[in-house]
Amino acid sequence: MALSSRHLLGLQGVPKEDIQTILDTANTFREILERPIKKVPTLQGKTVVNLFYESSTRTRISFELAEKRLSADAINFSISGSSVSKGETFKDTMKNIEAMKVDMVVVRHSAAGTPLYLTKICNSNIINAGDGTHEHPTQALLDMYSIRQKIGRLEGLKICIVGDIAHSRVALSNIFGLKTMGVKVSVCGPSTMIPRDIKDLGVDVIYDIDEAIQENDVLNVLRIQLERKAREYFPSIREYAKYFGITQERLDKIGKDILILHPGPINRGVELSSEVADGSSQIILYQVTNGVAIRMAVLYLLGTLN
Amino acid sequence: MKIILKNVDIIHPEDIVNLKGTSVLVDNGIISKIGELNQAEIRGAKEFDFSGKILVPGLFDMHVHLREPGREDEETVLTGCNSAAAGGFTGVACMPNTEPDIDTAEVVKFIKEQAANHLVDVYPVAAASLGRKGEIISPMAELVEAGAVAFSDDGVAIRTSAVLRRAFEYANMYNTPIIEHCEDESLADGAMNEGVNSTLLGLPALASVAEDIIVSRDILMAEYTGGRIHIAHISTKNSVNLVRDAKKKGIKVTAEVTPHHFTLTDDAVKSYDTNFKMNPPLRTQDDIIAIIKGIKDGTIDCIASDHAPHSIEEKETEFQFAPNGIVGLETIVGLSSTELLHKNKISIEELVNKLSINPRRILNIPIPKFEVGAVANFTIIDPDLVWTVDVSKFKSKSKNSPFDKRLLTGKAIAVINRKKMYADNQWIDLVSA
Repeated sequence: MALSSRHLLGLQGVPKEDIQTILDTANTFREILERPIKKVPTLQGKTVVNLFYESSTRTRISFELAEKRLSADAINFSISGSSVSKGETFKDTMKNIEAMKVDMVVVRHSAAGTPLYLTKICNSNIINAGDGTHEHPTQALLDMYSIRQKIGRLEGLKICIVGDIAHSRVALSNIFGLKTMGVKVSVCGPSTMIPRDIKDLGVDVIYDIDEAIQENDVLNVLRIQLERKAREYFPSIREYAKYFGITQERLDKIGKDILILHPGPINRGVELSSEVADGSSQIILYQVTNGVAIRMAVLYLLGTLN
Repeated sequence: MKIILKNVDIIHPEDIVNLKGTSVLVDNGIISKIGELNQAEIRGAKEFDFSGKILVPGLFDMHVHLREPGREDEETVLTGCNSAAAGGFTGVACMPNTEPDIDTAEVVKFIKEQAANHLVDVYPVAAASLGRKGEIISPMAELVEAGAVAFSDDGVAIRTSAVLRRAFEYANMYNTPIIEHCEDESLADGAMNEGVNSTLLGLPALASVAEDIIVSRDILMAEYTGGRIHIAHISTKNSVNLVRDAKKKGIKVTAEVTPHHFTLTDDAVKSYDTNFKMNPPLRTQDDIIAIIKGIKDGTIDCIASDHAPHSIEEKETEFQFAPNGIVGLETIVGLSSTELLHKNKISIEELVNKLSINPRRILNIPIPKFEVGAVANFTIIDPDLVWTVDVSKFKSKSKNSPFDKRLLTGKAIAVINRKKMYADNQWIDLVSA
């Protein structure tokens, strides 16, 4: 089954059938990951470039493993030691890489819209691995996959995204994808970290973390950026942890099961207490494994069927 | 050399001239007769048939960036003037964000010298503070003496209220306006208008309130000091309302708007095309409605292009990292005619006011007279000409326009000023041999 686009730039406007196809395909690859030999010849002869203009360890390793397990030739290009420092334009860099005959490009960039720009200047399949504060579609897909595996469905669930919504590409991709799949989506965080116009995207806003825990089936808890710029949006880490951090005490109050996701890396004692981070309600490491399966599914669907 | 402009309709809102299908005789660049001409007058003259065309006082764009000195790869005074003439303008005021800034008499004189032999009059706007840093006011007396017609920290608002106050007080000695790019610096970290589109696109956003705050501050300070404030490229509904209320109170405030701010909304940014990146950013339909209302009721005095040439390599990049601004001199008449005149928002007289009379009045520049003996300073407009914008044909050195391939109705087809004429891509010297 083919997808309706030859690129994965984001989840905005991606039809339900495509998301379904990716999640179902990931199931097959998830099984392969449990085998002693985790490699299949699916993308043999294909070359994939991982173009990382912003540092990222886990997303790049996840993509690279997915590529290698599909037998593709994976090339890594990251900003340090690249032509960027030599004053070459982004377009020239891209044209040069493509002239070496590559088939797919996985791109991570600090500027929103860069993956779309790449589709205009080159012919490869483009996969967005995170662009600025815009989208991070494979993260949202692996979140959805993980929820579906644990609960058995997505449709009809109530899911709250917690944290710095305004500066998160994970939040936006989750909102688009989850809404397409029939989920009732809300966001929770300090008001300075929630975009003014978020309600126009059809999501509810909650400022009380206990209410968010009470009202939802799943919490997707985002990492709070601790660097200076992000820190200007809330008074102190202590205050954030006290009013928006998820603790075992808070979870115990509700008397029901709730699933907790986190895209990692966790700030222990800030957005999640250590007890919660290691507790039974979280599926954080499970998400990491699923990430490889989801990326294999996306690479396979774009690389062979389009 | 004698030329005759035949069968032309004359509109001059200032001189209350409104003649249909008449002839104008220009001898040696001077108006020598308006009306029916006899055989002796016609003899030896080059004739231009302007049936159905309108002759108006030469248009004036009070907000252009000519990039010289400093970025001659993007535009020079000469290419900028060529672009102005092709767009229908006989005069421009150029902004001070050059390298070096226009904050010394030498730079003012240098720019005027570059344009000394051109059809287009160039009037520099000087920096309001040294280096546009907002710390110490510029040598305004010397700058005015050298030919500066206004002061602006261009690209940013004057940083502090204290420096703004001194700038108003000092400039007021010379009855010279302060032109402000109204944007609160602490809210200015963004690439597009804040709203649902910036949320969807994940781009850092500029809140419209950043403009409104500085418009409010500047109006209050203009009232307090009695100074003259001109709001550059107004773009928000609240700012239009603030200017309207201030005018009612008799505060000396004027405002200009660019064609892109009454033509496009931030929906256009969805393509991440950097030719839709400018500051102020494209706003919403609500803002456009308020701007059109402000244009109609006179709250907004002028239309200016904010002509901002940028090189291809600077604009061909990630949206967030691209510089702000678009070239506009060669599309401003077409867009104003299409969006305002042909959509019955304003009359041709009002359009001429906003594109010719009002900007000159704000900058204390003499308004071209339509009387025998006066220097011919004309623009000839074909209001019904349907044409397609083609950036490759622009006279400007830069091609960064979001309006390429756009169909427009109305175009300036000829300009005459300083004993020169430009029509059909040809320069004609009107001086007698």
